[in-house]
Amino acid sequence: MSTLTDPPNAGFRLSMLFNDTRYRSLTFQVIAAIVLALCIWYLGNNLIQNLRAAGLNISYSFLGDPAGYDINQRLVEYDSQSSHARAALVGVLNTLLVAFLACITATVFGVVAGVLRLSNNWLVSKLMAVYVEIFRNIPVLIWIIIIFTIMTAVMPGPRAFRGDNATSSMVLDLFAFTNRGVYVPMPWFESGLFASAFMNWMVVLAGLVASWFVSGRVTNWANHKQEETGERPKTLLIKLAIWFVPFAVLMLIMGLSWEVPALKGFNFKGGIKIGGPLIALWFALSIYTGAFIAENVRAGIQAISKGQTEAAAALGLRQGRIMNLVVLPQALRVIIPPLISQYLNITKNSSLAIAVGYADITATLGGITLNQTGRAIECVLLLMLFYLTASLTISMVMNIYNSSVKLKER
Amino acid sequence: MADQTTNSIAFVADGNIPESPPPANETGVVKWLRDNLFSNVTNSVLTIISLYVVYLLLASTMPWMLNGVWNASSLAECREILAGKSGACFAVLTERWHQLLYGFKYPADAYWRPNVAFVLMLVAIAPVLFFDLPRKLLLFTAVYPFLAFWLIWGGTILAPLVALVGFVAAAYVFQTFGRSSFAVGFFGAIAAAFAVWLIGGALIPEGASENAMLSAVPSRDLGGYMLNMMLGVTCVSLSLPLGIVLALGRQSSMPLIKWICVIFIEFVRGVPLITLLFVASVMLAYFFPPESTVDLFLRVVIMITMFSAAYIAEVIRGGLAALPRGQYEAADSLGLDYPQAMRLIILPQAMKISIPGIVNVAVGLFKDTTLVSVISMFDLVGMIRGPILASTEWNGVYWELLGFAALVFFVVCYGISQYSQWLERRLATDHH
Repeated sequence: MSTLTDPPNAGFRLSMLFNDTRYRSLTFQVIAAIVLALCIWYLGNNLIQNLRAAGLNISYSFLGDPAGYDINQRLVEYDSQSSHARAALVGVLNTLLVAFLACITATVFGVVAGVLRLSNNWLVSKLMAVYVEIFRNIPVLIWIIIIFTIMTAVMPGPRAFRGDNATSSMVLDLFAFTNRGVYVPMPWFESGLFASAFMNWMVVLAGLVASWFVSGRVTNWANHKQEETGERPKTLLIKLAIWFVPFAVLMLIMGLSWEVPALKGFNFKGGIKIGGPLIALWFALSIYTGAFIAENVRAGIQAISKGQTEAAAALGLRQGRIMNLVVLPQALRVIIPPLISQYLNITKNSSLAIAVGYADITATLGGITLNQTGRAIECVLLLMLFYLTASLTISMVMNIYNSSVKLKER
Repeated sequence: MADQTTNSIAFVADGNIPESPPPANETGVVKWLRDNLFSNVTNSVLTIISLYVVYLLLASTMPWMLNGVWNASSLAECREILAGKSGACFAVLTERWHQLLYGFKYPADAYWRPNVAFVLMLVAIAPVLFFDLPRKLLLFTAVYPFLAFWLIWGGTILAPLVALVGFVAAAYVFQTFGRSSFAVGFFGAIAAAFAVWLIGGALIPEGASENAMLSAVPSRDLGGYMLNMMLGVTCVSLSLPLGIVLALGRQSSMPLIKWICVIFIEFVRGVPLITLLFVASVMLAYFFPPESTVDLFLRVVIMITMFSAAYIAEVIRGGLAALPRGQYEAADSLGLDYPQAMRLIILPQAMKISIPGIVNVAVGLFKDTTLVSVISMFDLVGMIRGPILASTEWNGVYWELLGFAALVFFVVCYGISQYSQWLERRLATDHH
């Protein structure tokens, strides 16, 4: 006796292409492929005709031409004679800079607000709820403009710092908040090991990495000791020494000193200048995204059932260890994925820099370069390529992390 | 014996002692304050700091708000009236009210048209948002887009009418043939709609818009908060069906269709909206036929719709993935085919799970409509930064204008998120 699913013996009919499940999916895919090919052909054909009509071609050689515009905020050497490619590089670095800074501060704001929102202090938790609702429900572009306006229209000009009866003064004689930006002291080395400042900072970084490595070894040693003897050796002082002694020695050898900004002529000179647009973008992205992160943190902590805390307490763990060993590891599993997608949002929202004139990749490559050269298609494609790369890198990191903290099930 | 006992006991209570009130610090306001604000030292310090912050905020803003000037024709006049006091110059809002709402080029005698369209939008949206309203109202919702188009853009009524007839024809064909075979009904409906549009388009006489009942308004004259509203409503309603299709496509077992959807979704989600708006403003024109001119509004709508559709698709995919496999298998075992199973079993449940996510995307999208000011469209933010702050009368009135923009966005976005929370409670079928 044959089963019911046996194919009928009759030969192939045309209607089977639609009605027989064996052929149907193939039919649909062929139709989809044809439609897709037609669309691409249609769009491509239009593109070619339009380009021919406008006398244009697709070429990236403009990237080598001199850019001819200045960029105030830059991390690498650049002047108006540098190429468009160099301008784009300055933009890329500026994007990464503001995204990096905003990620850190947004996390701080978000964690503080999220934890305080769960506080049993009624006033504090209500204040945090107000913060979250206000910042989440107003477009980030408006926040950027508001903070930019504070930076440019409310802050005093350098002129106000001048004279005996100056209306403004530097904070602690170290920081100057002016409408042209914020000036902060700059650390530099009098007797650095290398000639270039960059290499000296790399030395400092290497020292810190080494400290981190050694401190990790100390933790391992303490864990071993605890497993063998049941007693955990005190490591706090050792760790502090490992972190600070080499750092201090390095600073002494290289002769760390600070260059404090001072009013010279019509403007402040010396120190590090953080431009108003950078601050507006940085701060606005931080408080805006911080409100979203606060909600993620709150949800993460609330997702851990009270039974976990109580079970840990029943095992005799102290309050701090309950947090560190039981609640946080589980809460982080809930918090980290949305947190990383918020980082992704910060990176993408940093493209709003163009609204306040911060020279990120959108403002250089997608703004001035595009307008000067008229190479719309090439510029926009490069722009998208950059953001796609950044996004895919971040989501790859997220996936790796996710699979490493996933609940291990049998 | 009994006597002895009674005598040896000095006092026997023969009634209840009246209840004494609880200690003063265990009731009412005092207890609440102790529990919620001053339960320990840290809490007390936090409370005092918070009170100070609230005081600082109110002390700096309240006099400014209360002293506000509502009637003046320029900032200079405002300052004269204030005579050195700190105070807001809200007069800019009253004087430029129409510009803030409709942009600076929309014809003044036609302001009633967007107003009517807005009120009708509330009527059209109501049956979608609240299930208790009579279902017949959905008919008006279906007609509304064409009505709103006619009201806002004006011109000949024939164009939206032909579009509407096309959709009616498509719905009729689908009703007739879709019952027996979904594919026949679906493709037949598309063919019917295109046939009607082609014939109807040819029937509309040249220059019908010139002396129409409502004067025609070109898209570039739209602006102000109206533009944000239009972009938000249009793009959300268009991206919802597109998002569902993309989500189903991504779940599909057909590799080609699956990969088209995956690439589209990941590409769009990987780039900022600004770059897509750049595409709309400088690049999309290259992809249309050489002789055609597609106006900027439509190009922006296309790009924003694609953008939010990708996000909505991901939200709905989450909803689809959250459904237990049993639901799919139950639908199969009932003998439902794919479209039936999706329409009757899977999507209603998946959509219910996805509501909070979809609302989040909608709120985000509405906030993102302000980005069009970057490609020099004059939405609310564009109006404020462009014509109003650049004018000689109102140069320097930042806070009143930006505060107004923040307020109108807050009201709408907060309202939508409150609605979504209400809807979640309303749709909850599990017991807690």
